[in-house]
Amino acid sequence: MKTIRIALIAAAVLTTSLATAQTAPRLKVGLMLPASGTYAALGTAIENGFKLYVAEQGGKLAGREIEFAQVDDESDPAKAIDNVNKLLKRDNVDVLVGTVHSGVAMAMAKVAKETGTPLIVPNAGADAVTGSMCAPNIFRSSFSNWQPGYAMGEVVAAKGHKNVVTITWKYAAGDESVRGFKEAFEKAGGKVVKELNLPFPNVEFQALLTEIAAAKPDAVYTFFAGGGAVKFVKDYSAAGLKQSIPLYGAGFLTDGTLEAQGSDAEGLLTTLHYADGLGTPRDDAFRQAYAKTYKMQPDVYAVQGYDAAQMLAVGLNAVKGDLTKKAEFAAAIEKARIDSPRGVFTLSRSHNPVQDIYLRQVVGKENKLVSVASKALADPGRGCSL
Amino acid sequence: MDLTTFLVQCLNALQYGLLLFLVASGLTLIFGIMGVINLAHGSFYMIGAYMAYALAPIVGATFGGGFFATLLAGVVLSVMLGYALEWAFFSFLYDREHLQQVLMTYGLILVFEELRSLLVGDEVHGVSPPELFAGTLPLGGLMTYPVYRLFISGVCLALAAGMYVVFTRTRLGMMIRAGSSNREMVQSLGIDIKFLYRVVFAAGVALAVLAGMIAAPVSSVYPGMGNTVLILCFVIVVIGGIGSVRGALLAALLVGAVDTFGKVLLPQAAGVLVYVLMALILLWKPEGLFKAG
Repeated sequence: MKTIRIALIAAAVLTTSLATAQTAPRLKVGLMLPASGTYAALGTAIENGFKLYVAEQGGKLAGREIEFAQVDDESDPAKAIDNVNKLLKRDNVDVLVGTVHSGVAMAMAKVAKETGTPLIVPNAGADAVTGSMCAPNIFRSSFSNWQPGYAMGEVVAAKGHKNVVTITWKYAAGDESVRGFKEAFEKAGGKVVKELNLPFPNVEFQALLTEIAAAKPDAVYTFFAGGGAVKFVKDYSAAGLKQSIPLYGAGFLTDGTLEAQGSDAEGLLTTLHYADGLGTPRDDAFRQAYAKTYKMQPDVYAVQGYDAAQMLAVGLNAVKGDLTKKAEFAAAIEKARIDSPRGVFTLSRSHNPVQDIYLRQVVGKENKLVSVASKALADPGRGCSL
Repeated sequence: MDLTTFLVQCLNALQYGLLLFLVASGLTLIFGIMGVINLAHGSFYMIGAYMAYALAPIVGATFGGGFFATLLAGVVLSVMLGYALEWAFFSFLYDREHLQQVLMTYGLILVFEELRSLLVGDEVHGVSPPELFAGTLPLGGLMTYPVYRLFISGVCLALAAGMYVVFTRTRLGMMIRAGSSNREMVQSLGIDIKFLYRVVFAAGVALAVLAGMIAAPVSSVYPGMGNTVLILCFVIVVIGGIGSVRGALLAALLVGAVDTFGKVLLPQAAGVLVYVLMALILLWKPEGLFKAG
């Protein structure tokens, strides 16, 4: 009797394992994004964008059903290595996607470089991710901090401004953005007369606004984001500087913050790889699908998440879902033309998008497209030996 | 730096210092005078800022609106919140070790952040200053100064004076100070110390919330905003001398000046200058600038 029961169980186990073996095994994507803290809204947008593309493909990429494992990275670099390892060792994910915070993304890149797991960065702009940290298996679907800064340098120079003061937080993203701006602006004959900094995330700008007023430059270039961006734009206007000294910034100055900035942001010019009212059929279709699925409007972060999924699909299709063919997987993404809502982009040698950077102007609650500030702008990928 | 710029920077320093005192005033009461380590102070400040944002439309619909009506509503709500929190949590902590106070108030930070996220979301918001103070003043042709910032400075000075008088010149202040040095003795003298402390704690929470509400138009409203002010508040209370209102005011002005001129003259070190100041003062006067009172 006992032997019969064991035989029955064994048979049952065998048949179920045979049944699953017939279809291709699921592909596990590890989403490491912030679900709490300052960047929670950004994490949600990226996740939504990514899942929207997967859903559009019927939940499968290259014939493999996609399964998600998620970790809230809390935008905390101190927990980053632990969190990546949770996804890799506990959940056994095949692909890593993340994140928003540059410090956390650097830790992810470090682990990905060591383990060879494919990593797609859907936001963090740290130049080093596709610079000194670059690797055959690390890709970025967003931007490098250098890109919007460089494009704005060309724009401000073309407007005839000669002397510019820059102001930002003293941390990697701010420094890199200002460096990009300075490079383009001084190449075009302008001069950055003063670089003002304050420690992150200090938001008491009054002392530095007084410095700007005293220096009387032709224009100001700035990189701030989130709560700091709101406060800076309002303080700049309240100090009466908005009328006398034009303010230019990387797009994050006015992205997701317009509601709070109100009329103080009206008319500001910023550069970014996405804008409201692009008016292309691709973008319109994406915006409609997103709004229908999630009952809210997409933003640049949603686009970056969507494109991260597109890049993964390109790579997987080339190897028919077999991730062991690492070289072919990478080569396919390197050669791809990604049909993004922002416009078609390709990837640079160091795996950063080569993309149009748009000049946008704040009109009401939107960052309206003005023109293309820099066509097919490629990050120089300094320090990358790929 | 020419003279006009220098004077404007002095004004900036003074104004920032007063704003810092406003934010730290509630902590002076709860940590300085009552002796409870309260890490959740930053959360009360954040709650205040979010109240300024979220209450304004509600108050507008029910009472016809107005900045001061919103302030009043916020203060009433925060006194109730403070009273309830003291009853539910803090009243068990007076005789416990400081470490337990740290743990519990840290827990409260996490709870308040999560509640904020659930109730109002994670977006950044702006609050406009009241019509009355919406204007700006020209400053020597250099730039303009928002009137609202001067209003804040006025509120701070009034608060500082009020707190000083209450704690050093009134019977109530005497009872509160006595309670922090010896609870049992005060109790045996026939004073209901439990009730008294509950009220003082509620007042401390109300001060922090008021600070958040008044600061909201200049600081804007965003997740995690309380964490950044928390450390500065502790610095101010500690270098001012624990339990001293005068000391806290002077310390706030010092920190304001060091921060402002540090950013301008020594931008590379701006992040640490305040803490260098704290270290130097504590080396010189380990008890802080002033004795209690």
